[in-house]
Amino acid sequence: MAQHLNPIPPDRFLWEERVPGGCHWSGVLRRGQALRLTDLGGRANVSALFFNAHEKLERYNMADTLKAQHTAYLTRGHALYSDMGHVLCSIVADGSGWHDTVCGVGDAALVASRYGQTCYQTHRNAMYRNGRDGLLVELGKWGLGKRDLVPNVNFFSRVVADDDGRLHFDLAHSRMGASVDLRCDMDVIVVLSAAPHPLDPRADYAPSDVMLTAWQCGPAGPDDVCRNACPENQRGFYLTDLLFR
Amino acid sequence: MTTLHYVVSSLDPAAATYTAVIPAGEPWLHPVRRGQTLRILDLEGNQAVDTLFYNLHRPEERYSAADTVRAQGALYLTAGSRLMSTEGNVMLTITADTCGRHDTLGGACSCESNMVRYALDKRPMHSCRDSFLYALSQYDGGLTKRDLTCNINFFMNVPVTPDGRLTFADGVSAPGKYVEMRAEMDVLCLISNCPQLNNPCNAYNPTPVQVFIWDTGAVA
Repeated sequence: MAQHLNPIPPDRFLWEERVPGGCHWSGVLRRGQALRLTDLGGRANVSALFFNAHEKLERYNMADTLKAQHTAYLTRGHALYSDMGHVLCSIVADGSGWHDTVCGVGDAALVASRYGQTCYQTHRNAMYRNGRDGLLVELGKWGLGKRDLVPNVNFFSRVVADDDGRLHFDLAHSRMGASVDLRCDMDVIVVLSAAPHPLDPRADYAPSDVMLTAWQCGPAGPDDVCRNACPENQRGFYLTDLLFR
Repeated sequence: MTTLHYVVSSLDPAAATYTAVIPAGEPWLHPVRRGQTLRILDLEGNQAVDTLFYNLHRPEERYSAADTVRAQGALYLTAGSRLMSTEGNVMLTITADTCGRHDTLGGACSCESNMVRYALDKRPMHSCRDSFLYALSQYDGGLTKRDLTCNINFFMNVPVTPDGRLTFADGVSAPGKYVEMRAEMDVLCLISNCPQLNNPCNAYNPTPVQVFIWDTGAVA
């Protein structure tokens, strides 16, 4: 469920950066640091992948995340699991209420067919960027590439399935100013693209800018909402804590 | 209301150019050439078959669950589904299906995920990702754990409800059900015949499956 997000305590603030709609970003966040994503215009989609900063073979695993928590989407209380049974990061607050996990990213062909052809030569930095190429560029900065392009999270996008599994993009879901807070439970490489969701049916290319805000939140305590969301997460956080003993 | 569609194959198993039985809990790694048809037969019923595909010549192109879901705008696989690669190409097309629904969200079991999902003492239990890793260790193609991505679970039923719950339901498969797919490019197929004993995906009793391959242009 969408909730009101608390202000970040000024003495814990680390940094802030605006990612223009369509653009890509990556960086390292350490255990106990939090990242707030904010949809500045009401049409943001943030495609995200997460890797263990010390062992990049360990990465976000969509299936393990969904199976452990019996969910097809993510919101407050959910952990994002690696393929090694560890919690890379977890959602400690959520003003959006639903983040898509199954639809992946669009590629250059999809963006060109939906929005028209643009290129740097004619449009300079207003060219229509796509999620796949944006993620690949950022992955390359860490020695990663096509082999690491696994199913990603799409923050701020809600896609629902009917009984036959057909998917419907929820146009009413996004809201200007909506935020989601991710706490890093390990040292992670965060890779982001702010290109449109691949099932967003709107005809114009107008992904909103996204504000990234990082602060020192501290690791998950014994009463943490994500740790205690289900017995699976209690075990997952326990196994993650072992890495830092 | 859930609707399952069945499409029966006209291919004759006696005319297959290759067949093998994959015992419960074992992997299988084999090329399927463009134009060939691969059938996976659930011999005893309710057996999950965890399956990955790679471009045989350029394996950094591989099956993509997310691109497959996005391209068909639907979660489940059945006859008519096109299995998409990470590069937006059709790798295989499902041409026949007497089961009606297959999963591609549930991934493959591993000792690490079993510890999270069931209990910390489940680590020693045999798992699909152990089978995948063993098969890759015996294969001289340079594939590693890095190449294990979100797979297909043939014969497995993982319904997603409209409110976003994900459940491992009892199988929709039964003895003799099969799924058949035509390769649209040369692919390497990696299967783990799932050994999971902690949930109903194998009816708590993993059993063998059989694979068949028919050559290009095979017709009834």
